[in-house]
Amino acid sequence: MDKIRLVYSQTGRAVWMSHLDTMRTLQRAMNRSGVPIKYSEGFNPHALISILVPLSVGTESLCQMADIRVREEVDLAALPARLTAGMPEGIVVTDAYEDAGKPAEVKWLACEGRWEYDTADPLRMAELCRELFSAPVVVTRRTKRGEGPFTVTEHVRELTFTPEEGFVRVNAVVSCAEPVVNPDLLTAAVGQNLPEAAPDAGRFRRLALYRADGTPYR
Amino acid sequence: MEKKLERILPKVQKPARYTGGEYGEIQKDRTAVDLRMALCFPDVYEIGMSNTGMRILYRVLNDMPGVWCERVFAPWFDMAKEMRENHIPLYALESGDPLTAFDAIGFSLGYEMAYTTVLEMLSLAGIPLHSRERESLTPLVFAGGSVCCNPEPMADYFDLMIVGEGEAVDREVLELLRTAKQENWSKADFLRRAAGIGGVYVPSLYEPEYDENGLFRAVHPRDGAPAAVTKRIVEDFENSCFPADAIVPNTEIVHDRVGLELFRGCIRGCRFCQAGHIYRPVRSRSVEKLLEHGKEALAFSGYQEITLLSLSTSDYRGLNGLCDGLMDYCEPRGIGLSLPSLRADNFSMDIMQRVQKVRKSGLTFAPEAGTQRLRDVINKNVTEEELLRSCATAFRGGWNGVKLYFMLGLPTETDEDVIGIAELADRVVHCWRENAANKARGLRVTVSTSCFVPKPHTPFQWEPQVERSEYLRRVTLLREHMKARAVTYNWHEADTSYTEAVLSRGDRRIGALIHAIWRRGGYLESWSEGFDLSRWTESAAELGLSLDDYAVRERALTEALPWDHINMGVQKRHFLREYEQAHRGCLSPDCRAACLGCGAAAFLKEGRCDNG
Repeated sequence: MDKIRLVYSQTGRAVWMSHLDTMRTLQRAMNRSGVPIKYSEGFNPHALISILVPLSVGTESLCQMADIRVREEVDLAALPARLTAGMPEGIVVTDAYEDAGKPAEVKWLACEGRWEYDTADPLRMAELCRELFSAPVVVTRRTKRGEGPFTVTEHVRELTFTPEEGFVRVNAVVSCAEPVVNPDLLTAAVGQNLPEAAPDAGRFRRLALYRADGTPYR
Repeated sequence: MEKKLERILPKVQKPARYTGGEYGEIQKDRTAVDLRMALCFPDVYEIGMSNTGMRILYRVLNDMPGVWCERVFAPWFDMAKEMRENHIPLYALESGDPLTAFDAIGFSLGYEMAYTTVLEMLSLAGIPLHSRERESLTPLVFAGGSVCCNPEPMADYFDLMIVGEGEAVDREVLELLRTAKQENWSKADFLRRAAGIGGVYVPSLYEPEYDENGLFRAVHPRDGAPAAVTKRIVEDFENSCFPADAIVPNTEIVHDRVGLELFRGCIRGCRFCQAGHIYRPVRSRSVEKLLEHGKEALAFSGYQEITLLSLSTSDYRGLNGLCDGLMDYCEPRGIGLSLPSLRADNFSMDIMQRVQKVRKSGLTFAPEAGTQRLRDVINKNVTEEELLRSCATAFRGGWNGVKLYFMLGLPTETDEDVIGIAELADRVVHCWRENAANKARGLRVTVSTSCFVPKPHTPFQWEPQVERSEYLRRVTLLREHMKARAVTYNWHEADTSYTEAVLSRGDRRIGALIHAIWRRGGYLESWSEGFDLSRWTESAAELGLSLDDYAVRERALTEALPWDHINMGVQKRHFLREYEQAHRGCLSPDCRAACLGCGAAAFLKEGRCDNG
């Protein structure tokens, strides 16, 4: 036994942690529950943990994945509960298994957004959004290389808008590898292209990961 | 409220500071408790969560049946602005409830520059700032912490202040508050009775008097309040609370590790040092107890680092055994042990090498002054020979960097003493050349100077602070003499030291100054983002106060001091004797070499301190 894939959800108050915060928290949870995690060799040893698709601050996820490496056998069936006991509120480990798919095979992310409208009518807003996204939508986004235009619709599949009480439910499948599309870009796209339909607040929740061929990623 | 908060969190830096929900957080049913306490820290989350006192009090108070103690920190500027704009009152992290929902609001006050932050936090909570404006019994607003050894500057704002160690007093105050609530006492009744609890100072029961020249003359107690308030301490430190299950933050904090408190108090008696005097008598924990605590806290927290806390770690008698025991546990688990507060005189390479097996940290010494003469004046019992010997050992052991801390503006300091700092740094460089195990990696000597701030309850409490222009002249002088390329020189800003000096020896009139500075926007003033000297000078001018009078005026030894009615254990006669010794340039022995009868031992039943 060497590599283990962990699946966990990060919701509620835990969504405000940064990626580095989450890394530290996972490592501490391993220490708390006595999971024999492997350390890197070298001057400043660190635990061998890697998070597959880092979560941006403020986004919920029901499908986070992390790979860890262990020094000895661990009981996989008991691992989720054991690790969850050592987690802060909002992080729940739901699965642990070996022989996981390669991280490079992840391509699509299904997510659900909640666009809140304080005064505007969600029915009308959903219509406007549908209209906007029926054609290619360009958004200005900031990357490490600077700011630039990005045709967000080229990297989004299955985009639906459902009016609800006080908000529009957005369901999208976005590319999460080459390029990485943060679903918040959809919110930004509305703000930049159709300000009258810009929500007063918007948050996304990740639901599931898929391979390039559309099969569930594991 | 929750929804409003969710909307502003994406807009602020480090939102995890404001959400709670960490591992180890204590949740209780608000309908099942009858006393709610907000433990407030007047600085940001990362600082407050690193504070050992906060960790202890959180555990001690939550252990009280029927009490739920929650945490409140000062929001950073961006968050404070968003909260005001969105009408979100300051709230506690555990429940998210606003401060007005609490029975008791207790501030942990560790440094003077946090005073305006206290006012802003109350204001953000919508609570009247002055004690006299809050007529009902609850919320009771109080404070504890080291700066309460001179409670006068903040006397107008707190209903009561706790002198000494909170874990000894807070419970009694809360029990009395519970009774008062149940029996519907008036606030005045409660405060009169609270003044009878040892270690409790109720400022409104003391009237300050000033003479015709405006000098402080005395405080007059009324309504049966004691003439002097004597601090309380934890006598049985061995068995006192250690919060092994302290909260582990979700986001990185300043001291993100387990802290083991070896002992309280200090045997050294450096004459500028307030902590070394007000935390006496010396009380330590046994090696066995510390090992037990350390392992327990590491297992609970999952931290990868542990540190030893005390005012002078190398004075802990069982240090070798403790380090060995901890390393036996830490090494196989990849946990690092760090050792701060080592003295240059009894620094042991053996210990350093043992603890550095996992991670190698930097070396820091604090000679405080550049010449032996001045080190004798301040009673810093470290010789240059000892310092260089320690450096030589470290360089031979492979270290290639050392940090040296000094103060400028110490009493009797001359230019020769200032230049002495540069000379000492040069000798450290020379020492490295002669002893370095591996010269290829180069040497880094960092010299830092801060400006001496005279503090109450020290032998230097009468001393003037040097004027800012003079401090800066000495900084320049020192900089001109720093020749070696390997030496980096950092100096502390003069303005904050000056204002700290005003506050630390302030009397009750300073309360209005703090208010005026706060009105001008003073908040989180220990951060450069929150400090602006012009707020101070403008406020002082408005009130007709002279800042210099507080900071740079030398007090006569016969003058009444605004903190004379606070008994921190060490007696004024000891300070006077030490003051005279300082001006004669004479050293005093440390407590282990000879007891000078400072007065602190009276706090222990058998009158013996440092029985480690």
